[in-house]
Amino acid sequence: MKYKSQKVAYWFFGLCMLLFALQIVYGFIMGFARIGMDGLHDFIPFNTARAVHTNLLVVWLLTGFMGAAYYIIPEEAQTELVNVKLAYVQLISLAVVGVLAIVGYHFNIWEGRKFLEIPRELDYLVVVNVLLFLGLILATLYKGKRKTTTALVLTMGLLFAALLYLPGMIWFDSQVTDSFFRWWVVHLWVEGVWELIMGGILSYLLIKLTGVDREVIEKWLYVIVGLTFLSGILGTGHHYYYIGVNKIWLVVGGIFSALEPLAFLGMALFAVYMYHKGEKSHPNKIALYWTIGASIVSFVGAGLLGFAHTLPQTNVYTHGTLVTAMHGHYAFWGAYAMIVLAIISYALPNMTGRKRYNNKFGHAAFWFANVGMLGMTVAFGVAGVVQVYLERKLKMEFMDVQNEIMIHFVVLLLCASLFATGIILYIVEFFKYGKPTDEALVVAEA
Amino acid sequence: MLSKSQARSFFLGGTVVTFLAFIGLTVYSFKPSNDQSNHSQIDKKVVRGKELWESNNCMGCHTILGEGGYYAPELTKVIDRRGEGYVKAVLQSPVPWGPRGRKMVKYQMNNEDTEALIAYLKWIGKIDLNGFDRVVSPLAKDKK
Ligand code: HEM
Ligand code: HEM
Ligand SMILES: [Fe+2]
Repeated sequence: MKYKSQKVAYWFFGLCMLLFALQIVYGFIMGFARIGMDGLHDFIPFNTARAVHTNLLVVWLLTGFMGAAYYIIPEEAQTELVNVKLAYVQLISLAVVGVLAIVGYHFNIWEGRKFLEIPRELDYLVVVNVLLFLGLILATLYKGKRKTTTALVLTMGLLFAALLYLPGMIWFDSQVTDSFFRWWVVHLWVEGVWELIMGGILSYLLIKLTGVDREVIEKWLYVIVGLTFLSGILGTGHHYYYIGVNKIWLVVGGIFSALEPLAFLGMALFAVYMYHKGEKSHPNKIALYWTIGASIVSFVGAGLLGFAHTLPQTNVYTHGTLVTAMHGHYAFWGAYAMIVLAIISYALPNMTGRKRYNNKFGHAAFWFANVGMLGMTVAFGVAGVVQVYLERKLKMEFMDVQNEIMIHFVVLLLCASLFATGIILYIVEFFKYGKPTDEALVVAEA
Repeated sequence: MLSKSQARSFFLGGTVVTFLAFIGLTVYSFKPSNDQSNHSQIDKKVVRGKELWESNNCMGCHTILGEGGYYAPELTKVIDRRGEGYVKAVLQSPVPWGPRGRKMVKYQMNNEDTEALIAYLKWIGKIDLNGFDRVVSPLAKDKK
């Protein structure tokens, strides 16, 4: 750690851990409901659990991205954050908005629009919060001595993510139009601007961990984010095949979304190649595992499993089935959850001055979580393929099919337990590091 | 070899071109002559139905147009499949609906709201879905 104000990131990461833990609890509630154990139905029906599960996911990832920005930007710009107090205000207001939204979901206060359930009134608070965050980051960057490509790509991702939130706040009378613009938020986030954020964090971590020349790394970063937008913007069309808009999207969406895996392949090759090329052997192996892991698992989860159902000929059968849930889990995990866990693993020793790099728990957390999530993905996948076959080929009734595939949710819950064990270990490690300290200023920065 | 500034131009150029194409296609899709959703038939009742659909987060369990939760049946063609009477019974049921074990939330809706939701689902059922309507609801029209 080179700048005192970077410490603010620690508290964002702390909030991340808390929200992530809660997200998993609600995942279990849904998993159990699916095997008939729905004792909580009167208080937390499935739609509440689902809204909480997916919103907590988005909020903890955004919290992690913000923490990453507060950690990375001062160091890249070579200056202290412009105003640390306001950064704490931003953190607290973010937590308050998040908690209000989540509590509201238990009392039927929401907007039933998948992933965008936050009610309009709270949306305005989100906007204010994000403006404050962006103001701090942009002012720091502006004041800074240096404007690196890594910092620019990261900031551009965060800025565009904020702008793209707006189309999701407009009311439409038609379900078709509503859905169309909902994807401007959801798709253009995960298959567009969030990839810039991921790319920025990945590039920063690779510079630090491998010691490869910045110019080389940042050149390839441009190529990767170039591929992202080239394929991802028109790739939005893969959500427009069957929602009641023109057939032209079958062609445009099919072709461009089929190219989307290239950006993720780029990410994986980029990380692995820089790792081999690098001469520096950074002692923080855990951070290296999460970093390389994110680049590879995102290619599998988003790239390969996304490709598997993105052509209109396949999607007509899999659209809106558990096949989608399979892909959703592994893609979010690999691309965004793992990159946040990577930057946390890298930053923690530097902020606290404790070098607990290579202990057993850290490695166990990585492997338990990854093997568990892979198992969950397979369980969702098998359930999904069977569902597609029975329901959409053999034309069986929905609930008859659901009863057939219940067994796969027992497997899902077993794998989820392994996954949760890994995450618990990760969180325990997080707290064992203790609080950040100014003394770390001199000790760290290997 | 590729230089950094060439890489940057690739990024900026690709983004601008595809973004403009995307906006163009969006405008094209919403030209009235390309409407597949009977947009003009959206009346007050249908809009009220959509409000109810959202304020109760029905999409948290069900899919509609293939979007939503995977816990409960797809509803795009539900009026065709089950008829209005059945849907009314589900929405007004005094106990959580769930003949096959999996429970729905108990809504006990009044007649007015029920009618609005049915109007909304009827409108949804008539949208031209580029062929998906044949796959998603096997018990719609085909069976008869
Ligand atoms: C990290 C990147 C990605 C994440 C986090 C992600 C996540 C998701 C999620 C959560 C959904 C469900 C959305 C909903 O139904 O509301 C979804 C749907 C979909 N994704 Fe991705 N995805 C990613 C990348 C990709 C890529 C690269 C492709 C294609 C190559 C792809 C293809 C699809 C398709 C075709 C659907 C629609 C499934 C359906 O019709 O039900 N995804 N994705
Ligand atoms: C203990 C762990 C977890 C369990 C048991 C679990 C279970 C579930 C279940 C049952 C659903 C609803 C599927 C349906 O509609 O029927 C769901 C949705 C979802 N979960 Fe999880 N989950 C877990 C962890 C995670 C994690 C770690 C992530 C992200 C990295 C995640 C991301 C999602 C997403 C994006 C959806 C929406 C998928 C879609 O609509 O296509 N979950 N989860
Ligand atoms: Fe997408």
